[in-house]
Amino acid sequence: MSNARSGGGANRGGAKGGGAWIIWRVLLLAQLREQPVRSLVTVIAIALGVALGAAVYLVNSAALNEFGLATKRLVGEADVVVRGPQDGFSEQLFVRLVQDPAVSAASPVLELEVALPGRREPLKVLGVDPFRAASLQPAIMGEIGAGIFSLFQSDGIYLSSSAAQELHLGRGDALKVTVGSSPQTLRVLGVLSAGTYSQPLGLMDIASAQWTFGAIGRLNRIDLRLNPGTDVDAFRRHLSTLLPAGVLAVAPQVERDRAVTVTRAYRVNLNMLALVALWTGAFLVFSTQSLSVLRRRRSLALLRALGVTQSQLQFALIGEGAALGLAGSLLGVVLGLVVAAAILRLLAGDLGNGQLHAVGASLRAAPWAMLGFFAMGTGVAGIGAWLPARTAARQPPARSLKGGDGDFSVMARSSGYSGVALLALGAALSPLPPICGLPLFGYAAVGALLFGAVLLVPGLTVRVLGLAPRTQRIVLDTAVAQLRENVGLSTLSLASIIVSFSLMVAMAIMVYSFRVSFDEWLGKLLPADIQMRTPFGSDTAYWSLADQTGIASIAGVARVQFRRSRQFLLDPARAPVTLIARGDTAAQAAEELPLVRSDRMQTASTVKPAWISEAVQDLYGYKPGDYLDLPLGGRSERFIVSGIWRDYARIAGSVVITRRDYIDATNDRSANEGSIWLKPGASSPEVEAALRARFARGDAIELMSSTALRERSLQIFDRAFAITYALEAIAVIIGLTGISFAASSTALARRAEFGMLRHIGMQRRQVVGMLASEGILTSAFGVVYGLALGTGLSVILVFVINRQSFNWSIDLAIPAWQLGVLSVTLIAAAALTATWSGRAAMSEDAVRAVREDW
Amino acid sequence: MAEPAVLRLENLGKRYSPARPPIFDGLEIELRAGEYLAVMGESGVGKSTLLNLLAGLDKPDTGRVLLEGIELSALDDDAATLLRRRAVGFVFQAFHVLPYLTVEQNVALPLDLLGVTEPERGRRTVEMLSAVGIAPLAKRHARELSGGEVQRIAIARALVHRPRLLLADEPTGNLDPRSAAQTLALLRDQVKANAGAGILITHSRAAADTADRILVLDAGGLKPMASCG
Repeated sequence: MSNARSGGGANRGGAKGGGAWIIWRVLLLAQLREQPVRSLVTVIAIALGVALGAAVYLVNSAALNEFGLATKRLVGEADVVVRGPQDGFSEQLFVRLVQDPAVSAASPVLELEVALPGRREPLKVLGVDPFRAASLQPAIMGEIGAGIFSLFQSDGIYLSSSAAQELHLGRGDALKVTVGSSPQTLRVLGVLSAGTYSQPLGLMDIASAQWTFGAIGRLNRIDLRLNPGTDVDAFRRHLSTLLPAGVLAVAPQVERDRAVTVTRAYRVNLNMLALVALWTGAFLVFSTQSLSVLRRRRSLALLRALGVTQSQLQFALIGEGAALGLAGSLLGVVLGLVVAAAILRLLAGDLGNGQLHAVGASLRAAPWAMLGFFAMGTGVAGIGAWLPARTAARQPPARSLKGGDGDFSVMARSSGYSGVALLALGAALSPLPPICGLPLFGYAAVGALLFGAVLLVPGLTVRVLGLAPRTQRIVLDTAVAQLRENVGLSTLSLASIIVSFSLMVAMAIMVYSFRVSFDEWLGKLLPADIQMRTPFGSDTAYWSLADQTGIASIAGVARVQFRRSRQFLLDPARAPVTLIARGDTAAQAAEELPLVRSDRMQTASTVKPAWISEAVQDLYGYKPGDYLDLPLGGRSERFIVSGIWRDYARIAGSVVITRRDYIDATNDRSANEGSIWLKPGASSPEVEAALRARFARGDAIELMSSTALRERSLQIFDRAFAITYALEAIAVIIGLTGISFAASSTALARRAEFGMLRHIGMQRRQVVGMLASEGILTSAFGVVYGLALGTGLSVILVFVINRQSFNWSIDLAIPAWQLGVLSVTLIAAAALTATWSGRAAMSEDAVRAVREDW
Repeated sequence: MAEPAVLRLENLGKRYSPARPPIFDGLEIELRAGEYLAVMGESGVGKSTLLNLLAGLDKPDTGRVLLEGIELSALDDDAATLLRRRAVGFVFQAFHVLPYLTVEQNVALPLDLLGVTEPERGRRTVEMLSAVGIAPLAKRHARELSGGEVQRIAIARALVHRPRLLLADEPTGNLDPRSAAQTLALLRDQVKANAGAGILITHSRAAADTADRILVLDAGGLKPMASCG
């Protein structure tokens, strides 16, 4: 007996597995045959999400790997890197360190970003002692080999392969560099092979570099290798206490990881974008499957009546969604590989923020990661299909055979509590601080609010439509009744509008807010007529005091304000902070800055004032009233934080001090930025021409009227955010696709209803008008709800995600016109889509339709 | 002067394609107010096609249908719809009531279409609900009711606007014998009470026997049932 029972059980199990497989195959093939366009759109949505995620992952990992290799070659086999500010420290420190008994080898380095006339990008140049470097950077020095002696030529420089390529130079060619405001000529001794070092780089003898770039007796890096058995961390900690102000002892790993740390927030944001795309695909699967099972409810009920079990049906329906996900994921992975290869080849791995420009980075095999993306795409599609499959499988077959919205309404109505709970969760998560500099709680809050708001839709729909009075207009009244009673269907249609439109609204508000804030910021920072600066990011170009006097004496110039900016490390693990010396007095400096918070008491303090950008506040924890020690002139100078200012130009942070305090501390009177106010009637182009004529290479100066600079900055801004408009368009298309799917499915499901209405005397245009009314009511509700939800989400984007990702604030501004036009467009498009779907359904013979049982 | 016939078929013929023989040809019927006619026939003989022609939902290949003296095939879709709205009531085998409307809303649909406003609309709806015996269910949704009750809604809807012609297509096909008998009696009573004409399409002899006369549709056309009356 027992055996017989277990045998029977095994048979049932086998039949169950085989049955589910057969049912899945039958259902899927029928679905593909009947709904090819819908299935294709779903596959494409999943593919785009997977492709975006895979491409971002591949490009970033290739770029970071290349950065890691490049840093490793530069740092070589050092155990500790001693790193100072740009203007460096005395080489006496090297003498001291090389005598330390724990140090087995030390290599002094002068690492500079050298300005090149006529080029915006500076060239990184390493000045090294070839013999000392040979033991610590063997990869690079080994390439020079016997040519190592030629490095001692005072004007000689080796170029990396990519630098030679970018500058169109070869062995024996002259390389012009800018030192101060004058050009100097170096001679290319040779070109390193591409395999040695892929990034643009110049290599000089350290003495030649010090001489050429006016840094005699100065170094800004020393690489140390310690004797075997030395406790590296203990040595580094001990060394830190002995180093002069602004000089840090850094582990090589920290140097290597800096690119990872600096770009982490940007990379996570891109990954989140990919995730949003992927979940949008999952939502489409959910929407498609929900409507699909609704449309096929009688066939599915028939299968149940014929003996298909609940679980078999559920597996088969989840399998349908997963199959679409599988196809999308496969396509997505292939597309991701192609896109990543193209980005690495054409854009050197730069995904837009300019921080991951990695020349030479190549696609790396990442089978496990790609398998992960493949599984993720298939998995989310399966998840999207799960709920409709479960609901369909649990429908009582008798009821489904009879027809009606049935348990879908119950399912939709019971979601209110979950919706409120998710909204509360979102509200609770949004104010939480970042984790490792990432706005993870912010993203979670957006997700929770979005899903919570969608789950509230059924209850709200019933309430809002319940308030609608009867108008005695049959078309409108019937439309309202249909929406109110078939709330499950209405929710599916609404959810796609709400999700896509609210995301679009949130993004539009964020971008508009940023643009308004950016424009105001530019207005505050560009009060003069002309702005000038030496090539951005270079350490070697500047204007001497004599240059500055000459510029001020140009005819037509009423006043010039010069500024000095340079970079220093506040934390070796982070990107350098920019120090800006501007304004003669504290009052003037404070007046000229776009302050978001100031402390008048501290400004009046006897301690020298400094104004930190929001990034310094967020990343390093300084606040008004705190003391801030800055490495200036080899000493540590104490400042007091007198205010926080908004800086959209320097994401890693900046500190402003008065130029007088800077000169007092450093005796450096040079400048590399300036603002020129013209005399009344003076011509801006004439002054610009006279200014360029003063210098041997006038094109080495970046010179622009404030108006033009403002226009160009806004143009760059708009270009950078052009992608968001494309995303908005995609959001609208997804929303309309959802409406179209829902409208066509419901229209098909209601053919018999339309047929009956036609029989009892409803005109064709009245039926179409009823569908249009449903479309308008649904989309208007979705748009109003989406506007409210999107505004809420934009608050999190602006005040939480933006702030925690980029460490700068934005003032909230609402693009009322843009949103108004988009809202009306979406409602009109939804009405058209619903009407079109209705017309398609009406093309079915009304007479035949009423004969179909339902 | 004699009142014109509610419905008149003159030499009516229909074929699905020129290559095939006509479904029927040369049909002639005249139906006066208060007459209740049953049409029987085997499956596929064209009973439903005939019904569609009578309602102006399809156009004949030959002959014409005159409803209240108006030739249906001469009307465009809108005009035919407006005439149907006013003058025809339908009862279907599959009921076809809107599940998202209440019983009274379903019944009032033809009045809404005709623009009948309160209080007339309410009065006539209540009257019709009482007449078919479902007044207590007025506020309930159709999906909550039994088949027999739903068919009463359909009958009430078909008659609430006092059409001149009632067309019933297998109205008891989905009902149990007891509900079917009640429905047939109700249909006949209501046709008579409203002084319109009615055509009942059915397979069932028992159902057909509730009509004043029975015609059989076959390849030879419409003929009176031999044993009838």
